[in-house]
Amino acid sequence: MIGEGWKKVSVVSANAALIGGLIEACREVIAANADHLSELDRAIGDGDHGTNMRRGLEAVYAERNRLVQLPLPKALEETGLTLVMSVGGAAGPLYGTLLIEIGRQLAGATGQIDFARALEHAIDAVARRGRASPGDKTLLDVLYPVHAEVVRRAGLAGISEQAERAASLTSGMKAMRGRAAFLGDRSVGHVDPGAKSCSLLTAAICRFLEEQCPA
Amino acid sequence: MNPKSANVGIVIVSHSPLVAQGTADMVRQMVGDCVPLAWSGGNAEGGLGTHAAGILAAIERAWSDAGIAVFVDLGGAETNSEMAIEMLGESRSGRVIICNAPLVEGAVIAAAEASGGAALARVVATAEELSP
Repeated sequence: MIGEGWKKVSVVSANAALIGGLIEACREVIAANADHLSELDRAIGDGDHGTNMRRGLEAVYAERNRLVQLPLPKALEETGLTLVMSVGGAAGPLYGTLLIEIGRQLAGATGQIDFARALEHAIDAVARRGRASPGDKTLLDVLYPVHAEVVRRAGLAGISEQAERAASLTSGMKAMRGRAAFLGDRSVGHVDPGAKSCSLLTAAICRFLEEQCPA
Repeated sequence: MNPKSANVGIVIVSHSPLVAQGTADMVRQMVGDCVPLAWSGGNAEGGLGTHAAGILAAIERAWSDAGIAVFVDLGGAETNSEMAIEMLGESRSGRVIICNAPLVEGAVIAAAEASGGAALARVVATAEELSP
């Protein structure tokens, strides 16, 4: 869905197998890492990020037969809505806003799809929703670097690596938003759980697209 | 429970179902049934947390054409409430306001104000006077 991979995908046009595969890949990576995400959240938050994300991805998975029938922009929007309604916490509205906005941007696009621009609009919407900025130790600290990689047309592997690096960099940051902000300086030294789930999802999506459309 | 009231409604959102319900009990004790009131507490599984679907349902239950004042506790409660309000649709979302006020004190004083028939802006302002 991102970078050069996205272009290949858009050329062949999104199909049910692609949407279904993306859902499956995201659900798998969250299921496999849910305990770890909750552990990260226990250190600086309320300890439910993994279970919240798992509930959300299971809800999306349960609706996959309906979602795969939709055009890609609509599928993204509906997936976002499902996440809003099922994830809860702050992560539901944030991830939900991201997908809903990407979907709306793509739906409004005419001619050639500019995925980088759609992504940028969506990330800005997430920042407004959470009233957060880069450096606040949130999932934005992964989303913005990922966007930068997409803009410079990095390959899928490069995007994935950058997401992982960006997530680990949140360890050095002091939380300014969410429950972790109550901890002030004590939040330093822990990876942000939202940044981590974001990097895991990015990597899973890149991996899936790499398999779908090898260079 | 909710008579078709012209009064502003109150919605209480907490990570804890017990806190949300307890706060609603205190509001009821104060104003009885003359203010539309609903709460949402906990995540979709009944554990600690907040979720937009539950908040949306609470706003629907307490709906008043005079508007709704929402009271929230920690971060995610506010983010999810904002999301729920947007999902109400444009014609109604403008009549719902999240108050920058303490949950218990804010909800009680807002309900007292609302029970006298005050407009939404007045109800919200009264609650927000409590904030430092």
